[in-house]
Amino acid sequence: MIPPTPSPLLDRRTAIQWMLTAAATLTVRDHSALAAETPGATASARLPAKGYGPDPSMVKFYLPGDVWPLTFTESQRRTATALCDVIMPADETSPAASTVGVPAFMDEWVSSPYPGQKADRALILEGLDWIEAEAQKRFKTSFADLQAAQHIAICDDISQAQPKPEFKKAASFFKRYRDLTAGGYYTTPEGMKDIGYRGNIPQATFDGPPIEALRHVGLA
Amino acid sequence: MPVITSAQAQDSYDVIIVGSGAGGGQTAYTLTMEGVKVLMLEAGRSFDPLTEVAMFQLPSQAPLRGEKTPDKQYGFHDCSINSGWDIPGEPYANAGKKPEDQFRWWRQRMMGGRTNHWGRITLRNGPYDFKPYTQYGAGFDWPISYDDVAPYYDKVEMLIGVFGSNEGLENSPDSSPGVLMPAPKLRVGELYAQKHAPKADMKVVSIHRAVMSVPQDAEKLPAKLHPGNPKAQSILADSMRSRSPCFWATDCHRGCSIRANYDSQTVHLRPALATGNLDILPNAMAREVTVNKEGKATGITYIDKTTGKEGHVSGRAVVLAASSQESVRLLLNSKSSLFPQGLANSSGKVGKYITDSVSSSFSAHMPAFEGMPLHNEDGAGGPHAYVPWTQHEQNRKGALGFPGGYHLEFTSGRQMPSMTVANGFDNLAGRSGVTYGRQLKEDARRYYGCRLGFGAQGTMLPNEGTFCEIDPDLKDQWGIPALRFHWKWTDHELNQVRHQQKRIGELLTALGGKFTKPPETDPLKAIRSGGSVIHEVGGAIMGDDPSRSVTNQWSQTWDVKNLFMADGAPFASTADKNPTLTIMALAWRMADHLMEELKKGNI
Ligand SMILES: Cc1cc2nc3c(=O)[nH]c(=O)nc-3n(C[C@H](O)[C@H](O)[C@H](O)COP(=O)(O)OP(=O)(O)OC[C@H]3O[C@@H](n4cnc5c(N)ncnc54)[C@H](O)[C@@H]3O)c2cc1C
Ligand code: SF4
Repeated sequence: MIPPTPSPLLDRRTAIQWMLTAAATLTVRDHSALAAETPGATASARLPAKGYGPDPSMVKFYLPGDVWPLTFTESQRRTATALCDVIMPADETSPAASTVGVPAFMDEWVSSPYPGQKADRALILEGLDWIEAEAQKRFKTSFADLQAAQHIAICDDISQAQPKPEFKKAASFFKRYRDLTAGGYYTTPEGMKDIGYRGNIPQATFDGPPIEALRHVGLA
Repeated sequence: MPVITSAQAQDSYDVIIVGSGAGGGQTAYTLTMEGVKVLMLEAGRSFDPLTEVAMFQLPSQAPLRGEKTPDKQYGFHDCSINSGWDIPGEPYANAGKKPEDQFRWWRQRMMGGRTNHWGRITLRNGPYDFKPYTQYGAGFDWPISYDDVAPYYDKVEMLIGVFGSNEGLENSPDSSPGVLMPAPKLRVGELYAQKHAPKADMKVVSIHRAVMSVPQDAEKLPAKLHPGNPKAQSILADSMRSRSPCFWATDCHRGCSIRANYDSQTVHLRPALATGNLDILPNAMAREVTVNKEGKATGITYIDKTTGKEGHVSGRAVVLAASSQESVRLLLNSKSSLFPQGLANSSGKVGKYITDSVSSSFSAHMPAFEGMPLHNEDGAGGPHAYVPWTQHEQNRKGALGFPGGYHLEFTSGRQMPSMTVANGFDNLAGRSGVTYGRQLKEDARRYYGCRLGFGAQGTMLPNEGTFCEIDPDLKDQWGIPALRFHWKWTDHELNQVRHQQKRIGELLTALGGKFTKPPETDPLKAIRSGGSVIHEVGGAIMGDDPSRSVTNQWSQTWDVKNLFMADGAPFASTADKNPTLTIMALAWRMADHLMEELKKGNI
């Protein structure tokens, strides 16, 4: 609804403050509301498996499982988590994928009722089961419990441009899983920071590029 | 007078407007500020840009990282609700079977229409764009010239707030002195393109966008826009003071709670409501324009979507601003014994001559940007610069094989990452397999922000093979007959796209870009399908001959003199400029004429 009367004057500083307060309030409100709705991790499984519809609340903050139930079994979740971290491990400057919730995002993705994601569902669920079976076959150990070198032994076989015939299917799973992990990672605040995104912050002025950036491309 | 329900509508209004987007918003503003009593029907629900838009949310706070889904076809946080290429219960058809003969139709069903998520690029049509037949020997001359519209461009720009710079370009007109807000500084990628584009005989200049870079001048502008009307001046001054300039963060497609950019509600409908002269009835899907025995429009029959019931509202004049093709559909569905071919269609031209911007794009990796010192490149949530069309001389010699031209829009730099941010890194690194682990993170840091892509948007003149009609069978969920589109590219568009691809390739090469495959040489593979650019206009074109056009120069239908069009339907062609600023300028001009006619008692 359009408010019938104009709201009082908003100068830029007030506006910025107002926006930030609004954002902060939303975090608190939504997370406490969510906590009330989902007393246990399994509660989300009771939600109906449909999309968010053409008119969802855009300002709310969503977590995987809020809109449709998640799918991974305990074993798939363990495998998925380990594989995410093989793909995006912690290093000197940024955390591992599992630290920033990428495995839960993967679960949300494959559980989605939309056609784009449904196509990934079989590939990923079967792929996780395959990689777990492969770990058992090669090392008699769960994929999640393998040593780094053992993870790499399996992943190297399925990350080749020309994989051996027996790894063809696993390779298409790995490529897709890698892309989704990277996307899931770089869309988090930690991932954004790591990749070098410095925006989404209101400022009183836009001052253009710093002199070092201009120098870098021969403009100063 | 406020946002109302069907039961609250008054018996009769001076003017009924259908649609609350750019054209409807501008018309309602102009009329109500001058005291005309208006009812606006809007098919979508009320929407509050102040509390409902997600300016700062991250993709990780949306389902599926905000990716597109059939429910939200431009992504979760995009300011489009109940809207899309496909809307359940609101079908349309395509007559052509081949991919290149298809038209795609984006519809926005919410208060404010598409102005909630448009790109806010506001370029003026130039003198040639109004006279394509004289200039190129093709298409139709508009019955008006640039000089007729220029004062209205100034007025709309002052009202909505547009940043940009005057560049003295041929056929890409300057604004009058004092009208534009200062252009924001260019980003490093934009400056880099500006420096090197001349090697490809192109230039990069500041773009014009409906984004406020500084506060609006609430002391001076209201008197310029509403001379001799103190009430309007004071309402407008309040409205201007309530808007904040851009705070250089957040994507404008998500909407702007601080009202720094233009959308219809924030800029047009707020002051219009404050006059007390406007009622807005949301959830009202217009079905038909009703007429009396004398052939004058009497009002609109609509479906109240909250109850499913039919209603009728009356006015002395009717203005259609439902978006060009939706308004055409209304005309074609308004059949009576007086108007068996649909309303205002004695020429048989209703639905004919639809055009869209002619578009293709191409991008490259920029090694020069690797290792760039990190900094905040958000700026005004969209482009600060563009490549205007400058090859008029070649065109005059007929050397290009197409009329008009195209401009290039581009994005560079470090925008907020999305799910596709890491695509293509294996290729860039020259690795044949799928990189993972620490190496992947290093690749990402190295290659992110190094893509530069250009998208062309060009002239399209009307042709006989591109039109819409009522489908004989298809109906929407309320039983309203749906449209069927016919689409045909001519050699003009195909030659233009060939040229676009070649020139973008040359430009990227001049900038030191690296691409794995060359630009597309098959124009049918490169061209974006009809409607895809969402600049579709035409279908009720203006002209000076009633037998060959639907409206006169005032967007007033020849056949029904109290029936007006205020969206893109009266456009006689698409320029190499985005259409919305022109839609608003023509709507303001139309509304002034409508008021004159009401005053004179001609309507
Ligand atoms: C992603 C995107 C980017 C764009 N970027 C730009 C840009 O940078 N520059 C530019 O110039 N243009 C741009 N455009 C195009 C611009 O949005 C349109 O040209 C402009 O909004 C058209 O205004 P309008 O009033 O004709 O229609 P709309 O804004 O579509 O408004 C029409 C309204 O009428 C309502 N309606 C429809 N049918 C009925 C009915 N039967 N009864 C009642 N109400 C009805 C609709 O619900 C809607 O609210 C962009 C569009 C999109 C989608
Ligand atoms: S970039 Fe500026 S104008 Fe655009 S939405 Fe953000 S604050 Fe508003």
